[in-house]
Amino acid sequence: MAAKGSLKTVVEPLGISNPITRQVLGICSALAVTVKLDTALVMSGALIFVLVGSNALVSVFRNLIPSRVRIIVMLTIIATLVIFIDQLLKAYLYDISKQLSVFVGLIITNCIVLGRAEAFALKNGVWQSMLDGFGNGLGYGIILVLVAAMRELFGSGSLLGVQVVPLSLYADQGGWYMNNGLMLLAPGAFFVLGLLIWLQRTVTGYTEE
Amino acid sequence: MDGWTHYLSLAVETIFIKNILLAYFLGMCSFLAISRKVETSIGLGLAVIFVNGITVPANWMIREFLLGPGALSWTGIAGLGSVDLSFLNYIVFIATIAAMVQLVEMVLDKVSPTLYQSLGIFLPLIAVNCAILGSSLFMVERDYDFLESAVFGASAGVGFFLAIVTLATMRYKLKYSNVPPGLRGLGIAMLLTGLISMAYMSFSGINL
Repeated sequence: MAAKGSLKTVVEPLGISNPITRQVLGICSALAVTVKLDTALVMSGALIFVLVGSNALVSVFRNLIPSRVRIIVMLTIIATLVIFIDQLLKAYLYDISKQLSVFVGLIITNCIVLGRAEAFALKNGVWQSMLDGFGNGLGYGIILVLVAAMRELFGSGSLLGVQVVPLSLYADQGGWYMNNGLMLLAPGAFFVLGLLIWLQRTVTGYTEE
Repeated sequence: MDGWTHYLSLAVETIFIKNILLAYFLGMCSFLAISRKVETSIGLGLAVIFVNGITVPANWMIREFLLGPGALSWTGIAGLGSVDLSFLNYIVFIATIAAMVQLVEMVLDKVSPTLYQSLGIFLPLIAVNCAILGSSLFMVERDYDFLESAVFGASAGVGFFLAIVTLATMRYKLKYSNVPPGLRGLGIAMLLTGLISMAYMSFSGINL
């Protein structure tokens, strides 16, 4: 029974209650870091780390945190973890951390982290909270990777920096194919995510009133 | 410095071309959640202009005199001149923002109860709005001076205000249209934002 419940905590945010498409949390970074697949992957990794860590810590301290000041306590916990991951990225993945620019720092105000701390970690045990953090982080990562893959494929014709569309197909090489430049710009992100939300909600049969 | 035109062009650039919401996707959460009603979105927009205009210069001062590389040299203590505390940026900025929001709330309550009534419920929300923290982080990344950061903060807020009010009015009209079930709410709001963002792209190239 307990194992089944744990599995549900991890699996549900991947599809049915996905943090981005269903709970409308953490959209900012989902759009900003998805021009290329590698930044999306690094961002998802950073978020999963912060989310698991913050859910665990908030859950450990949940009986000690006075409810009046809980927001600022949670923000402090989250900010500490974000500083940690930011320093780590700067040390080992400097190029990507430059591309992510301010968006690693913005994990602090990413509503997924605070939202899950508030909605789940304050009420549940440490292990369950970590699983919830992992599931939601992964659900976020899936959407991020999907959006990034579509934008990189149609916008630059490559995946993870490797050319996928054969060069001979391009118009300037005598072919007919052209990259869709709009995908690399801000509106492309909105459209791709909007269509993904439509798809996810049609499949799960969820309608907003 | 080449006079006020420099600040005017910075403001125009921040409001229209590098719109904090439509080009950098900051503040999307509250943007989508609050834009169901026009009145509330005006309230939130005003609150963002107000708080952003205060916190960005406040964070500039903190960075200049406390956290930046060599910022502590004004103390005159020998060892402190070379200290670089920039890694504390995040945690101090978010604390400043939370404190400022609290302060603004208290001052407003005392000075103008009517304004407090209309902005009241949005102020706590703003502490976790990524547009506010994002503006402060952009201020660091782009190396603005004090006046520039004040202009940048306020005009980033104006950009947010314009975008959220535009979307709210569109969603108001949308009530009368027949949207496919899966697309209702978030989906259609996202596509509409894409269209607004495309419209704002036509401003790029304006150079004062």
